[in-house]
Formats: sequence, structure tokens, C-alpha cells
Amino acid sequence: MYVYDDLDQRIINERVAQFQDQMDRYLDGKILEEEFLPLRLQNGIYVQRYAPMLRIAVPYGMLNSQQLRMMAEIARDYDRGYAHFSTRQNLQYNWPKLEECPEILGKLATVQMHAVQTSGNCIRNTTTDEYAGVIAEELVDPRPYCEIIRQWSTFHPEFAFLPRKFKIAVNAVEGADRAATRMHDVGIQIIRNEAGELGYRVYAGGGLGRTPILSSVVREFLPEEDLLTYLDAIIRVYNQFGRRDNKYKARIKILVKALGVERFSELVEAEWEHIKDSEGKLPSEELARIKSHFTEPDYLTLEADPATYTDALANDKAFARWVERNVRAHKKTGYAVATFALKQKGTAPGDVTDSQIFAFADLADKYSFGEARSTHQQNLVLADVEQAKLYDLWKEAKALGLATPTLGLLTDMICCPGGDFCALANAKSLPIAEALQNKFDDLDYLHDLGEIDLNISGCMNACGHHHIGNIGILGVDKKGEEFYQVSLGGASGEDAAVGKILGPSFARDRMAEIISTILDVYVAQRIEGETFIEAFRRIGMDPFKAAVYPEKVKSAPAAK
Amino acid sequence: MTQIILDKQITTDEWTLVADDAALSASKQVINFNRWATAEGADKEALIAKRDAGSLGIQLNAGDTADLLATDCQGFALINVEFPKFADGRGYSAAHLLRKRYGFTGQLRSVGDVLFDQLFFMMRCGFNAMAMREDQDLELAVKGFETFSSSYQGDVNDARPLFRRR
Repeated sequence: MYVYDDLDQRIINERVAQFQDQMDRYLDGKILEEEFLPLRLQNGIYVQRYAPMLRIAVPYGMLNSQQLRMMAEIARDYDRGYAHFSTRQNLQYNWPKLEECPEILGKLATVQMHAVQTSGNCIRNTTTDEYAGVIAEELVDPRPYCEIIRQWSTFHPEFAFLPRKFKIAVNAVEGADRAATRMHDVGIQIIRNEAGELGYRVYAGGGLGRTPILSSVVREFLPEEDLLTYLDAIIRVYNQFGRRDNKYKARIKILVKALGVERFSELVEAEWEHIKDSEGKLPSEELARIKSHFTEPDYLTLEADPATYTDALANDKAFARWVERNVRAHKKTGYAVATFALKQKGTAPGDVTDSQIFAFADLADKYSFGEARSTHQQNLVLADVEQAKLYDLWKEAKALGLATPTLGLLTDMICCPGGDFCALANAKSLPIAEALQNKFDDLDYLHDLGEIDLNISGCMNACGHHHIGNIGILGVDKKGEEFYQVSLGGASGEDAAVGKILGPSFARDRMAEIISTILDVYVAQRIEGETFIEAFRRIGMDPFKAAVYPEKVKSAPAAK
Repeated sequence: MTQIILDKQITTDEWTLVADDAALSASKQVINFNRWATAEGADKEALIAKRDAGSLGIQLNAGDTADLLATDCQGFALINVEFPKFADGRGYSAAHLLRKRYGFTGQLRSVGDVLFDQLFFMMRCGFNAMAMREDQDLELAVKGFETFSSSYQGDVNDARPLFRRR
């Protein structure tokens, strides 16, 4: 992964000093509350319901064991012994003291970490496929491009006060999109043109929130060296012409929609024409320098499926089940990619304790070249594990409570912190996740149901990505009462879609029963091998409506 | 007299923003962009003469993008770019474009809700003058230009991104 040189380190150190100074002036009454707001936001601090929340950047989800240990230390010493992985692959602390945040950032800087631009109306952490660099299907490793974007976006002088937050995702796999690229303000799909040259298909104007929209293609092919000048052009157009009068209409998706993607593209292209050959064009030396940080670790020459591994699979059903769900093929023979679900019963999705993080850092050292990844599904990954050692790894992870064999299944939910923590939320989301985890704890049933994305957001801001869950749950406020609206048919990935609302919302205590009814419809109607989303696309909304709102069907006029 | 920051020094402001219907004099006056854009005939000629004499400045207000002024900017001695709120970042793009695209070489000044923590970015986007909000401490502010010793991106002062300087 990328390693800072002296310049990178100095910039981050100076940032810590700057924020310490801002904090001192704020505590001294020299910066007003509303002026401190964007400053603390750009350093990752939200003021939540009970305490400030500090969001640490995990650039494109990459972590080394030293960084994990520092995260654990901070959770132990400055928080209440746990931390939370977000849907942006970042890490959040829910209980730090405001005045201690600069000190925490100082500690993070010693392990090349920061909280730069993890909130506020600026360019946020760039995300990508959690399996980047280790799967055979990808065109190239997308992480160098993410790092190039990270450096370019860090303290960009022109784009620190955009109309609204701005998120970029990069994907390098054709036919799969684990980064939800088209749900981003800008999506970069790495491709080759007909001449075999590397470049990008550039999308803009996607997003979740109140107005979920899939992004549109702005440019079919952008050469590799033009990445940053093109991003400059897009964001310069947005910065000047994006709406600033209404925060719900300020994302770039609204501008793209209002202008139409053709007109928007014309503006971007006209802007780019002026700057495409400027100093901002990426020299091949810089591409090579960044790429040199993402070379392969010292893989051994191994045989595929060694006997120790296949024997364990044959003899231990629980291990086999975990492998079936949570382990995927590695590009290198004899290696595997293992995902650890942070979805234990009784804890919030994405939550980990300090001791789990410490232990996971040890697992990374022991089994995966000292590196780990966080995922937008709020899980952790060890990407370079020898198949022969998977069984040992699984046993150790199991003892830590990190080996739930449910990746991609119903209980591998995405869930925002909701009304328990977040001041924006209309409703709590964690009790819904907990109720579902309790109701659906039969592994045989979960495996029989197969892959289902269930996503929960506590409000329209959609941090829990409810729009793109096959089953989406949205917390709404009805005259001061917390209710929950269900949507069906959303999907992320290559066939991304925004879910449609099932009907009137429900009280919290009915949610487990409602989800159960929906699942019953699927089980009754599915054809051999059909996943939930495939079945939904075939049978449509009506059978689900009929089962969930039987009284409406009964009172409706007779069918034509 | 109002104090401003000019080229990282505290100095007394020589310019006055005048109302759209105010009479013009020989002193250094700043008019709103709209007055310039809508003036016709003799009025426009008078403005051009004053501009060419070096005593007319122009102010881009919130929503006035740099392309509206374009290369017309070159004749002015001063351009103000208004920041209606510190969180409104349109002025950064305006400054960048005036300097880099439209060739403005005179005094480029940020006005309005201009606070200490914006100065570093403003300088990088081409502002060489800042009329800060009244409550701001200018002595402290002039130190704000030293926050970072280097930056990843190229900017108006040095077009080379860090990757061309490493």
C-alpha cells in the first residue's frame, strides 16, 4: 500500500498543527460556533446527539496492522472501547471528547492516517472494490488511481467549500461493481479503449439521499494521464453552477439532471479544453511512482487446494459453510480472500471492540502480509491468506466472534448509526438491525434464503444505503413517532437499481414480522436457484403488497 | 480608515464601493458588476475612461461567474470577489479563472465573509488582497499564509502539482 514520503508526512503533520490551533481559538471564543463547524467537519468531527463523532479516513479501505493497532489504542484510550466501520470504508469513534480530537489526530498522523475531508462540503474519501489487487477479474489495480485522487483532493484550494459533499468511487472490474460506482457524484470505471490503451469511462451525477439517481456517462473514454484535469473540470463546473440555496438540491446529481447530461458534458468538455494540457496532466513517472507502492507481496509458489484445506472442508461443516460464504478466489494459486463479518448478534453492524481490532491486527500480521481492508458493507477483509492456513485463521477468528458465515446473506446488513447516535436521524436503526438478527438467527434458513442485501437508514440522508438494498428500510418521523418504510427491488453492483416503496410505513415492533412476511413470499414464489432480487424482478411488487397489506387487497374492488 | 491585507501586509484601503446610482468621481471607486454589464452609451464610455485611468474597480457579487467578465477584466486595477458566506466557495473558482484563464494581473480581493481559515486557500487561488470581516484579527490573519509549507495541487502561484516538484 501507499507509504508516505517526507512531503506527505509533513502535510499531514501541518494539518494536525492547524487543527490544534483552530481548536484552541474555538475554545478561546475566537471562532464562532458556526464558523468552527466547517473547520471541524473537514477534520472529521460531527457533533452528534450525545457527543462528537470523529470519522477517520481509511483511504480506499486499505489498512496495515500498525494502523489497526493505533485505531484500537484510540478506541481504548479515548472512546468507550469500540469503534464503528462506516459504509464509506471509514472508521468512526462515537465518544471522543471534542478537545481531545487534535491529540487523536496527532496520534493517527504517526501511522500515516488522518481525518481529512471525512465530512463537510468537500471531496470525501475515494472508495473502490474491497478486493482490489487480489482478484483475477480486474483490469488493473484501481488503488493507485484512488491514491492519485486522494493526493489531488487533499486541501484542494478551489474545492474546499463546494455546494455539498462530493464522493468519488473507482472500479476496475467489468461486470461487477462492489464500489457502487454509479451511486457516486463521480464514478470512474477503468477501461481499455479499442487501441488497448488504459483510461476511464467517467460518470457523474449519481447519489443516494433524498433523490436517489444512477449516474450518467459524461465521457466514454478519458486517457489515463488526464484523470486529474478532467476531475478539475467537472468540479469547477459544479462549484460555480451547483445550487447553494437548498441543501437538498445541492448535490451534483441535481445540476446534471437540471442541465441534462448532454449540456453538463458540454460545459465540462469546454472547461477541460482549457486545462487538459496543463501541468495537471499526469506524467508517466508519477503514475509509475504511485503504482510502485501497490506491487504484489512476496507470494509463495503454492499448490491449489492443498490437502490440509480440503480435509478441513470435508470434516468441519461449520468451516465449510464459512468458506462457502466468506472466502473467495484469489488471483494467485493457493491463496484466498477472506471476509470477516462485523455483524454479530447483539452489536451494531460495523462495530468492533478495541480488543477485536488488536487481535485482528495480529491476524493480519500472521496470515496476510500485515495488511487488511475495510469494506463498504461494513466488514473487514484479509486479502492474501494461504488456503492451507485458512482453517487455523478461521478458528482464531471464530474465537474472536469474527467468523459469522453470513457474508451477503440477510443478516449481513448495512446499517447507519441512526437515532441512537446521529442528530440527523428521524428514527433509530440499530434496534431494527438487532430485532432482525434475533429473528433470523437460524443459519440453515439464512443459507437457504441465499444472497439478500438488506440495508437500513435512520433518515433520508441514506447513510445506510437503503435505496440500493434488495430490501431497504428507512426510518421516518410521523408526528413525533418513529416509523419505518420498506422498499423492495434496490440493487447495487453492475445492475444497480433504486428500490421502490412497498407501501405505508410500520411501527418498530412490527418490522421483524413484516420482513418475515416478505421473505415468505419470496420462498413461496422463487424458482429453483433464483435469488431474492431475481425473483422480485420477475414477479414484481404486487405479491409482496398482497401479503403485507392483506386488508387493502380485501377491500379493493374485485379484480378486472 | 479600513484596513485590508494586501500582498500579505496590513495596509489601508484606498478603494470605496459605491452604490449603483452613485455619481462617479476621480477617486478610486468600485462598482458592482451589474452596473458595468448594463451601462450603455455615454455611461459606458465614462466607465471605460475611468477604468483606463486606473481608478475604477469592479465587484463580482454572489452568483456573478468569472466568464461574465472574461477578458474585460484585464483593464481593471481592482476586482473584488464577494463571499456572501464563508461556506460559499464559488469565489475560489472565480479567482482561479480570472487569473489563469482571463489574464487578470491587477489587485484581486476577497470581500464579505472573509475569515482567517480561508486565507491560505484564497492566496492559492490568486487573491492577493483580502478585506476581512470586521471582527477578524488582521495581525493574526497574516500568519495564516504559512499554514502549509507545501501542497499537492498546482495553483495560481505555481502551476506545478507536487508530482512535478517532488
